[in-house]
Amino acid sequence: MSVTTKNEVLLQADKLTRRFGGLVANQDISVTLERQMIHVLLGPNGAGKSTCINMLSGDLPPSEGRIHYLGRDITALTAAQRSQVGIGRSYQRTNIFPQFTVLENVRLAAQSRRQQPWRLFSKAMEQKWALEKARACIEEAGLGKRVDWVSGVLSHGEQRQLEIAMVLATDAQVLLLDEPLAGMGSEESASMVEVLKRLRQTRGILLVEHDMDAVFAVADMITVMVNGQLLECGPPAQIKASVAVQQAYLGTEDSFHV
Amino acid sequence: MNANASLIPKLVALAIVACVPLSGESFYIEMVGKVLVMAIFAMSLDLLVGFTGLVSFGHAAYFGIAAYAVAILSPEYEAASLWYVLPASVGLSALAAFVIGLFVLRTKGIYFIMVTLAFAQMAYFIFHDTPLGGGSDGKYLNNKPSASIFGWEPFDLTNEVHMFYFVLAVLVLVYLFLARVLQSPFGRVLVGIKSNEHRMQSLGYYTFRYKLGAFTLAGALGGLAGFLYAVLSGFVTPELLSWHESGNVLLMVILGGMGNLAGAIAGAFAFEAMREIFADITKYWQLLMGGVIVAVVLFLPGGLAGVPGRIKRALQGGDAK
Repeated sequence: MSVTTKNEVLLQADKLTRRFGGLVANQDISVTLERQMIHVLLGPNGAGKSTCINMLSGDLPPSEGRIHYLGRDITALTAAQRSQVGIGRSYQRTNIFPQFTVLENVRLAAQSRRQQPWRLFSKAMEQKWALEKARACIEEAGLGKRVDWVSGVLSHGEQRQLEIAMVLATDAQVLLLDEPLAGMGSEESASMVEVLKRLRQTRGILLVEHDMDAVFAVADMITVMVNGQLLECGPPAQIKASVAVQQAYLGTEDSFHV
Repeated sequence: MNANASLIPKLVALAIVACVPLSGESFYIEMVGKVLVMAIFAMSLDLLVGFTGLVSFGHAAYFGIAAYAVAILSPEYEAASLWYVLPASVGLSALAAFVIGLFVLRTKGIYFIMVTLAFAQMAYFIFHDTPLGGGSDGKYLNNKPSASIFGWEPFDLTNEVHMFYFVLAVLVLVYLFLARVLQSPFGRVLVGIKSNEHRMQSLGYYTFRYKLGAFTLAGALGGLAGFLYAVLSGFVTPELLSWHESGNVLLMVILGGMGNLAGAIAGAFAFEAMREIFADITKYWQLLMGGVIVAVVLFLPGGLAGVPGRIKRALQGGDAK
């Protein structure tokens, strides 16, 4: 296990560019994520936030630029390999295994850390270490009351919590969370914010989020993107005061309530 | 999931099938024996289609390769040892599945269906058009393998009753084996891949390896069925590898209910029974068969395996979904 040091740089992306044919979805985006920090990617629809997170998670190869994790160049790693080194992600659309119970969803995530596909005759449900870890992660994500529920019947907010529990079960040090608050009621949203603050204590979190109240409640650092470009990056106070950011948001549908 | 609750009907079905040789009618013994072979074949395909989400339209290739392997490996004037030809023919099917899997598993969806079909057609033409297979007439298995171990013969495959119980025992073992494998960490990953492969990758699973493992295992068990078929019927033809056979076994799996091992067995029995009954009624039996398949897909999405649950719910008058 790595030692938890504050301000340790976990993830560093340098000048990521992604083109889709003639369209430049991301141009020269650089992002730094430190441990014990929540870094929010902010921007109107179509700004390229999802493209950026997809490049960081390995779902999309960048056209240019490098990504380093704890100093190691991981640009060429696949999504599965990045998960194995310690980068976990959740998706914008809820992406669980709906027919499995909450426990089985998270147990399957935990099992990914010790893959022994040749052991055809051991029973998955008798792997104590994976079950224990799954229960701990479910608890940590605030879903302790739903352990044995079939995950497909959970509320939307609970399914997002389940996603987080699954990422935690993979021992991720970096959490890439794509709109974890989307579609949540205010109560669910508030409890998710508490979960995020708790997770920040030992990990680094990169968040894509629209909910302004939540963003300013949790963010340590904010990167604002517009039209695939990096507009401004800094602590929340700087972003709030930025004229450029306010101008970018004026005239778009996402009005800037602060 | 709920294996113990449905254990009794399964044991009853097994006991009924085990009584077939008591009839003393060779015709029925051989016919039911062949259905049992198809049931093993259907279970092996269900591992791919029903549990891993890989719709292979070329599964007859592995059935046929092992069937031909017995015929080719058996000497003309004496019996080969079962303990040599069985592992050799199953191993050849597994090897073929492993090598073909390396290619086909790089494709997805409709492409996967077409590429598995293409490889099966290649295998078909190898046995149809090269001296290896004896052409379109196929090849006789002159002597059934001998089970003798250092002179001691535990059973005799030339005896139709012994052969029947041998096939039945293999079926039970394959069923128990697959049921156990599906409970293992490996099996859980396969079901996860069926549900959402992309998510499994983002959880850190190298899904290709698991799919290749499943494809090879399914090929080996399909080969086991092909081996039994060759020994049971005493001859092999290229038609065993044809796309009709790949389609038939797929229909058995769909009829029985994908993702249910007992369903695959039931599907094989239903398919063969309908074939017999409809062929008695009319020479256009395939029209009737097609109608039944359409009806099952429309009205019984869970296949035959879903029927007990439906009856139970209807009796309870429950509103549970």
